[in-house]
Amino acid sequence: MLRIDDLVVRYDAAVALDGVSLELGGGEMMALVGPNGAGKSTLLNTISGLVPPASGTVTCEGRVAQVPEGRQMFPDMTVEDNLVLGGWSIRNRDLSEVMDLLPDLARLRKAKAGRLSGGQQQMVAIGRALMAKPDLLAIDELSLGLAPIVVAELAEHLRYLNRERGTAILLVEQEVSLAVELCPRTCVLEAGRVVASGPSAELAESDEVRRAYFGDLTVPDATLAGLTEVQS
Amino acid sequence: MKEFLTYVITGITLGASFALVGSGFVVVHRVTRVVNFAQGSFAVLAAMLAAWLLGGVLPHGAAEVGAVLICGLVGVAVGVIALGRRGTPPLISLIVTLGVSMLAAAAIILFWGQDPVSPPGLSGHLALLGVQVDRQRLLVLVATLLAFAVLGLFFSRTYLGKALTASASNPYAARLVGIDVRRMGLLAFALAGVLGGLAGVLVAPSNALSFSSDLPLALSGFAAAVFGGLSSPGRTLVGGLVLGVAGQLTAGYLDGSYQTEVALLLMVVIMIARSRTFVAEEAK
Repeated sequence: MLRIDDLVVRYDAAVALDGVSLELGGGEMMALVGPNGAGKSTLLNTISGLVPPASGTVTCEGRVAQVPEGRQMFPDMTVEDNLVLGGWSIRNRDLSEVMDLLPDLARLRKAKAGRLSGGQQQMVAIGRALMAKPDLLAIDELSLGLAPIVVAELAEHLRYLNRERGTAILLVEQEVSLAVELCPRTCVLEAGRVVASGPSAELAESDEVRRAYFGDLTVPDATLAGLTEVQS
Repeated sequence: MKEFLTYVITGITLGASFALVGSGFVVVHRVTRVVNFAQGSFAVLAAMLAAWLLGGVLPHGAAEVGAVLICGLVGVAVGVIALGRRGTPPLISLIVTLGVSMLAAAAIILFWGQDPVSPPGLSGHLALLGVQVDRQRLLVLVATLLAFAVLGLFFSRTYLGKALTASASNPYAARLVGIDVRRMGLLAFALAGVLGGLAGVLVAPSNALSFSSDLPLALSGFAAAVFGGLSSPGRTLVGGLVLGVAGQLTAGYLDGSYQTEVALLLMVVIMIARSRTFVAEEAK
């Protein structure tokens, strides 16, 4: 459902993405990992249409919604208003489906989003994205700054969403164990390029990937070239 | 006592017009973070247009509504010029609006000359607490209260109003959910044009307006808007009323020529008193 071909994105002179290609099938869950500055958020923003590509193509069959890094609430507005605005692109104001999926949001409806805890805000951010009835949910840093128990709960919601609704999920995640556990496939980005891609379990066991993953930029090109053979 | 009441009631009706101009500042600033100094020009333009349309074929009501709607369209044009390309800093847009207001004054002189205009409004008086008040001035107060009620409901209850608020609250998140932030900015300018225009057609029958009335009007409206932190329509209304009453009391008991100084002084005092809040809001 998502196909990216030879995507290049530039911020003025700086190249953020340099020839990225990847595919994601309908209902698939893929983790996108890599060190800081690898271009993960840029890739999500390009898929969401916020950042224009310099060259290459992004083709998506269906709607995309993003759960952005840092939750990005409308802080002075209520949870209900935040959610309702999530449906702006398709003029969807019916909260019932999202409330069924994330029942905790029901009791927070009238609370100001800026006053919620990080976990609650992440729940609102997911709910807000779901209001657009997406076929692909792009999540930027699900676990950042959240307690493990909260992350586990959110992950369970995502699993349910993927299983029951068939929503494809592209997850940018720093927490390696969460990424591997949640997503059957993983794609490793470094310095704007895909350096490895394949089944999460295999990639997670690779020392080289771990080094790349944690930001060790000393991995020689030859090693990274070898890694691409793991690609499925 | 009667003298005091006269000043207070006249001040309230005058303050309502300040609040109306101020609400235009608030709507634009809330959505775009731009201080639109062409706000006073909308009022002058509407007064000129209303007088011109009334002198033509249009009856009362239609002429005023027509003038206000044209101001709404002019507001969009000002927005296009002021907002410029994406990423234009609000401070640059502010300077552009100052330039637009000067251009507007020149255009008004070109089309309608330099003489003040005062199109006919409601005639007669009403007794209020023993004070004779012009019916036109009461109309200003009633129309202002109505406009603020509609504005409040629009922002808090309608989908479009919430999208406008969201654009100001977090432009990145607004774009993420598919809100066209630039279009919302232009809509805010259109609303500001309507509100400024409304102030113009309501005020002009009691206080003749000329091309040079834009700055005093903008200044009084801005002072009212500052009272509301440039973001709260409700507090802007209160600010406008306080300013109007303070100005009338000064004019009555001291000297009428001090009214602008009162507005400036009040604005400075409020800005100093609220400086911490402003810094906190900017930091958000």
